Amino acid sequence: MTSERSSGRPSVRATTSTLTLANWWDHFLARWGVNRMGHRVDPGLYALGQPKPDSPVFVTANYTLSFDALRSALPNTDAYLLVLDTEGINVWCAAGKGTFGTDELVQRIDAVGLAEVVRHRDLILPQLGAPGVNAHEVKRRSGFNVKYGPVRAADLPAYLSARQATPEMRRVRFGLLDRVVLIPVELVHVLWPTVAAAIVLWLAAGGLFAAGILAAVLAGVVLFPALLPWIPTRDFTSKGFVLGLAASAPFALTLLLWKQGGPAWIAPAWAGAFLLMALPVTGFLALNFTGSTPFTSRSGVRREIQKYTRLMAAMFGGGIILLIALIVIGLVIER
Amino acid sequence: MMSSVSAANTLEYDAERCVNCGLCSAVCPHGVFAQGEGAAEVVNAEACMECGACQLNCPSGAIQVESGVGCAYALMRAALKGERESDCCGGGDTTCG
Ligand code: SF4
Ligand code: SF4
Repeated sequence: MTSERSSGRPSVRATTSTLTLANWWDHFLARWGVNRMGHRVDPGLYALGQPKPDSPVFVTANYTLSFDALRSALPNTDAYLLVLDTEGINVWCAAGKGTFGTDELVQRIDAVGLAEVVRHRDLILPQLGAPGVNAHEVKRRSGFNVKYGPVRAADLPAYLSARQATPEMRRVRFGLLDRVVLIPVELVHVLWPTVAAAIVLWLAAGGLFAAGILAAVLAGVVLFPALLPWIPTRDFTSKGFVLGLAASAPFALTLLLWKQGGPAWIAPAWAGAFLLMALPVTGFLALNFTGSTPFTSRSGVRREIQKYTRLMAAMFGGGIILLIALIVIGLVIER
Repeated sequence: MMSSVSAANTLEYDAERCVNCGLCSAVCPHGVFAQGEGAAEVVNAEACMECGACQLNCPSGAIQVESGVGCAYALMRAALKGERESDCCGGGDTTCG
């Protein structure tokens, strides 16, 4: 970093507001969790358009999706983009970790020699970087004023012309698109355990049972994020139960009709074992989605864990025991 | 005096210490604070997600909150293994900009 300074003129790289096919491909891979930590931009100072000493300075993270969202939101704008080293993590998450933070910002301002590049002393930060940045301390240590811009990069043009953020721009939203783009990586997370469980269940309990559990998993990782605001009930786990019941009901009914032969209670017992296992699967996946939303407080999630973990473990354990008993009984009856 | 604003979270606020700089209402992503006449006002206490932005940016120490990520996976792993609560923040890219 010191070398950039001692070379006399700080190095400024050029960038544009246009996203290329290669950028879109990179975003696609990032969404699917491919090479998770590899979607990085070199930290440092970038020139967008033909910035002059009076042009605004925007600060962002060195995650390609963050950097690209910023520059593509600023077509026909002359500006400097100051990219912090957040180790390839987006602004919100890096701010929570502290890597999008006061120290890194102050050091980066110094490393790129920003005070010599621009005449003014204002930085525009994404509002969601605020959990990591102490504006007053940045001012004291670097002389630069932190101005928190809007939550969404797309609101930047409006913010620039009004020179302030409306309350609407300050609120985080978690719209359908915001939720749907998270589905691929959720799918990738559960892929191998799900495949393994499906194979075991297929062999032990039959294809219908395995397919039902698969449906419960998909309800948790695909339908849940997509339908989140429309599922009745308040907390995540109970929303998961509701959705899980909707996804599992057809399979439970089919089991009820299909598992004939033997005593009359056999079919209901199969359906019961299935539901006992399927519902906590969806509930658990729904509870896990809390980590991906910009809404849940740690206090709230802690309360939910205390409320539901034992119940879900008991249901799932009970379901497995019942299933094993039914498999053994089935073998005995066959003899 | 610092006092809790909602039973739903750990946010505490002391209006007497507020110097009305307006930063808390600027940084909060859930509109918990609003600018008032002489001091910031809590207008949406339940919505606080404990991100910690207001506390970190308050110049007068008028706000306290136990900040942390509301992520079930991290909390459960911490409970099971006795580890420090890390985070597993996954999303928010489109919102982050
Ligand atoms: S902790 Fe975050 S969500 Fe809660 S009031 Fe402060 S800024 Fe708002
Ligand atoms: S950040 Fe602190 S001093 Fe500034 S308005 Fe909010 S409570 Fe008051």
